[in-house]
Amino acid sequence: MQVTMTVNGEQVTSEIEGRLLLVHYLRDHLKLTGTHWGCDTSNCGTCVVWMDDEPVKSCTVLAAMAGGREVRTVEGLEQGDTLDPVQQGFIQCHGLQCGFCTPGMMMTARALLDRVPDPSEHEIREAISGQICRCTGYASIVRSIQWAADHPDGLPATETADETADEVLDDAEGTTSADAETARPDGGDMAEPETATAGSTT
Amino acid sequence: MTAVEDRPADARPPRTFEDNDHKPMGYGRMLRKEDPRFVRGRGRYVDDVNLTGMLHLAILRSPVAHARILSIDTSAAEAHPKVKAVVTGETLAGLGLAWMPTLSNDVQAVLATDKVRFQGQEVAFVVAEDRYSARDALELIDVEYDVLEPVIDVRTALRPDAPVIRTDLEGKKDNHVFDWETGDKDATEAVFASADVVVQEDIVYPRVHPAPMETCGSVADYDKVEGRLTLWTTSQAPHAHRTLYAIVAGIPEHKIRVISPDIGGGFGNKVPIYPGYVCSIVGSIVTGRPVKWMEDRSENLVSTGFARDYVMRGEIAATKDGKILAIRTNVLADHGAFNGTAAPVKYPAGFFGVFTGSYDIEAAYCSMTAVYTNKAPGGVAYACSFRITEAVYLVERMVDVLAYDLEMDPVELRLKNLLRPEQFPYTSKTGWVYDSGDYEPTLRKAMEMAGYEELRREQADKRTRGEVMGIGVAFFTEAVGAGPRKDMDILGLGMADGCELRVHPTGKAVVRLSVQSQGQGHETTFAQIVAEEIGIAPDDIDVVHGDTDNTPFGLGTYGSRSTPVSGAAAALVARKVRDKARIIASGMLEVSVADLDWEKGRFSVKGDPSKSVTIQDIAMKAHGAGDLPEGVEGGLEAQICYNPSNLTYPHGAYICVVDIDPGTAKVTVRRFIAVDDCGTRINPMIIEGQVHGGLTDGVGMALMEIIAFDEDGNCLGGSLMDYLIPTALEVPDWETGFTVTPSPHHPIGAKGVGESATVGSPPAIVNAVIDALKPYGVRHADMPLTPSRVWDAMQGNATPPI
Repeated sequence: MQVTMTVNGEQVTSEIEGRLLLVHYLRDHLKLTGTHWGCDTSNCGTCVVWMDDEPVKSCTVLAAMAGGREVRTVEGLEQGDTLDPVQQGFIQCHGLQCGFCTPGMMMTARALLDRVPDPSEHEIREAISGQICRCTGYASIVRSIQWAADHPDGLPATETADETADEVLDDAEGTTSADAETARPDGGDMAEPETATAGSTT
Repeated sequence: MTAVEDRPADARPPRTFEDNDHKPMGYGRMLRKEDPRFVRGRGRYVDDVNLTGMLHLAILRSPVAHARILSIDTSAAEAHPKVKAVVTGETLAGLGLAWMPTLSNDVQAVLATDKVRFQGQEVAFVVAEDRYSARDALELIDVEYDVLEPVIDVRTALRPDAPVIRTDLEGKKDNHVFDWETGDKDATEAVFASADVVVQEDIVYPRVHPAPMETCGSVADYDKVEGRLTLWTTSQAPHAHRTLYAIVAGIPEHKIRVISPDIGGGFGNKVPIYPGYVCSIVGSIVTGRPVKWMEDRSENLVSTGFARDYVMRGEIAATKDGKILAIRTNVLADHGAFNGTAAPVKYPAGFFGVFTGSYDIEAAYCSMTAVYTNKAPGGVAYACSFRITEAVYLVERMVDVLAYDLEMDPVELRLKNLLRPEQFPYTSKTGWVYDSGDYEPTLRKAMEMAGYEELRREQADKRTRGEVMGIGVAFFTEAVGAGPRKDMDILGLGMADGCELRVHPTGKAVVRLSVQSQGQGHETTFAQIVAEEIGIAPDDIDVVHGDTDNTPFGLGTYGSRSTPVSGAAAALVARKVRDKARIIASGMLEVSVADLDWEKGRFSVKGDPSKSVTIQDIAMKAHGAGDLPEGVEGGLEAQICYNPSNLTYPHGAYICVVDIDPGTAKVTVRRFIAVDDCGTRINPMIIEGQVHGGLTDGVGMALMEIIAFDEDGNCLGGSLMDYLIPTALEVPDWETGFTVTPSPHHPIGAKGVGESATVGSPPAIVNAVIDALKPYGVRHADMPLTPSRVWDAMQGNATPPI
C-alpha cells in the first residue's frame, strides 16, 4: 500500500506493507535511526515520536496509521544550528549515559513542556513514567527537563557547548538562534512567551 | 496556558543547577564529549548499521525447556520467496560449528542438535531479505520434539533420579557443575562452636536480568575473496570476542575486525558470545552477503546472560555484645543449562570470596555447589562485580539478622565491627588483600546526611500510630579491576589492558583504548585522565575505542574494570609520552632534564619560569625539522600494556528509608542516601550518574525484578510487561555524597565506581523493608519484595518459592 505523511516537516510517500510498524518505517525506510526500538510491548518508550502533537510509541503504531499525519522525530528537534532547550538540558544535566532511551525521553519532555511550561517534579516523573532508562536513575533526566523549563530560550548561541565538527560545517547555512526560535513547530505560537514567564518568575 | 496560576500550591524554591561545565585541564566536572551526537539521534548502534545488500537473520527458539529433537523440516521455510538460507544444528555440525566454548570452559550449543535444554534455546535460523520475512519463515519450520522432564528447582537438581541435562558431555551422569570452597573450614567451625550467639538464615538472591535498553545483535560481513570478516556487534569486550571467533570459526585473527559501535547499555549482558552472533557470521558466509541479527526483547530476556540465582545459607557467630567473630555460608548456584559464567578461570564463583564484607572477623568459610538446570545460561552480569553483589547482599542481610536477634541498632553493630584504617592493607580471612579504606567516616557521613537519629525518632513516633516505616543500612566493600595476570585470565587471556597515545604535530592527541563504553562516558573520562597527565585539554584529545583494527588488545569493560585497569594504562602511557617530551624539552631549552619543572602542559627551567616550552611546542619539535637530543626518535607517542598488581577496593555506606502501606503492602522508597568512596574522582558528574543508575537497579532487584519459571520451565519474565523495571515513579531523588581514600597501588589512586551502587543498594533496601516489618516479627524475606510478598511476610509467611 502507499502511505504519505510529513516527517520532520518533509512530505514522504512510500510503498509499504500494511503491517509495517512506524518505528521500522522510520528506521529502515527513511533511515531516521535516532528513534530506537527496545521492547515490542509499549513498555520501554525508546521509540517515542510525535504524531501530530502527541507523543506515541512508534513500535505499536502502524506506519499506515501515520498516513496524512505529521510525524516528528528526534532528528526534528534541533532547529537549524540550535539545539532545543531539552537537548541542551540533557547535555547540561547529564541526562543521558548510553543514549539509547534519550531520543524518546526528549520527545516526551518537549511535548510536556509545550503543554505545561513549568512542570513540577512529579509531573515530569509522571510524564516519563511510560519509559525506561537503565543508566541514569532518572534524577538527572528530571533535572534536564527542569533545566529546559528554566531556560525556555536555551543557551545563547555563543554558550552552546560542545559544538561538533558537523555543526561547524553546518554553520555555512547560517541559521541564527533567533530564526530557530520562531521556527519551532507547534507550541511556537503561544507557548513561547508563557514559558519565558514561567522560567523567570519561579 | 495558565499552568503557573493553576498550581499555586506547587510554588517551590528557585532551582539551582550544578555547573557541570568546568572545562578542566584534567579531573573535575566536565560535560560529556559524546553527548552532542546522542541528543541529535546520531548515536550509531548496531541496529543502525545498514550495508548494501544486507540480509536479516531470525532465530527459531525452543518452546520447551527440555526435549529431544526428533526431526526438523525446513522445506516450507526454504520455499519462502524472500528466504535466502535456512540453517539447523545439523548444518552447523557439518561445519564443525554446532557447539562453541563458553567463557567458563564449558561448551554451549550454537544451534541445538540432540536436545533443547532451556526454553528459548536456539534451534535454527533463517536469513531473508527483510526482518519481517525472516520472522515469517520461522513459522514455516516444523520441529518435532520429544518433551522430557525438566530440572527447574535448583534444590532438586542433584537428586539421584533427576533427569540428566548434559547428555552431550561424555560420561555425565548428574547435573553437577563444580564444587568450590574458600576460607578455613575447621577454624570457622571452632569459632562457631564456642560462640555466645549464632544466627542462621536462608537467603535467596533470585535470578534477574540486566535487560539493557538495546538488545543484543550483530551485523556480519564476510568477504570471501579477502577471507576477511567484519563484525559490528553489541560487545563489551571486542578484543576477547575477536580472539574467540578466531578460535571457534577458524578465521585467522588478523582477518577479523570486531567493531563495537555505540552500545545501548550492557551491564554484563554483552560480555558473553551468544549463538546469534555466530549465526550471523555463518549466515554471511553461506549467503555471501552482509547479515544482520537483532534479537527482540523476549529473546533478550529468555536466552541471554542472566544474573545471580544463588540460594545461600548464611551464618554468623558473634559475642553477646555484638562483636562478629565468624561468617560461614553454603551456596547452591544455578548456572542454567550451560556453564556460561563470565569469570576469571581460577574464580568459578567470581569474587564471591569477599563475602566477609567490611568487618574485622576471626574466621570465615564458604562452600559452594553449582548445578545445571533447564534454564538459560549466564550468571555473572547485571553490574555484579563478579558475584560481589551476592556476597555483599549475604553479609549485609546477615548482619541485620544478627542485629535483629541481639536487638541492637544495625548502625551501631556495624560501627562496632568495621575494619579500622590502620588495618589496611588488610588480608581477609578468605585471602583478599583490601588495598585501602577508611570506613567509619563514610558511614558517619551517610548517617549525618540521612539525619539518622531523627529518622529513628520519626519511626518510633509513627509506630505508635500504626504507620509502617523502615530504615535500612548497608556497608559494602567492592573488589574490582580484574585483574593481575598471575591470578586472572578468561579462557587463557590475561586480564591486562593496552593503551596507545599519539600526540599529533599540532599538539592535539588521540588515545586508543582496549575497553569499550556502554554509556560510562569513556570518551570524556579517558580524555580527562590523559589531560591530567600531559596537559592537553580534554577537548583536544580524541578517544578511540570499540574497534579491534584501531585499538590495542585488552579484555574490555565489565566488573568496573575500565578505570582501575584501562584508566591506569591511560595515565601511564601519558606519563611515558611526557617522559619523552621532557627529553625533547631539555634539548629545546638547552638544559638537562633534571633542571626542568613540569606544570600541566609546560616544561620550564628551574628557577627561570620565563624560559619554557608547551607540550604543543614539543609536539611540533618532535615531528619537525632539526635534530632531536641524542638517541631520541621523532614523533611523540607511546604504548603500554598495564598489568594491575592488585584489585582495587571501593567502599560505601548506604541508607534507605521506606514507607509501607499497611493496607496494600506496597513499598515506597522515600529517601536513599549513598556515600561512595571510589578513591580519586575523575569526573564527579559521571560518578554521580553511575551511582544513580546502580541505585535504580537496586530498587528493581529489591522490589520488582525476577526471572521466575513455572514447573514446566516456562520463563515467566519474558517481556517488559512481566519483568518489571523501575520507572521514574518508583525511585526517589537520590542523595549522594562521597569520601576519598585513594588506592595506593593505582597510578592515579582511582578505584572504579560503575557497579558500587548495584552491589550496595539491594541490601540497604531490603534491610529497610525488614526493619519496617519488625513489629510484624519479620526477620527476613526474600527479594523481590513485591506487595504480595510483603503482604505474605506481614501475615507470617515470609518464604516464597523461588
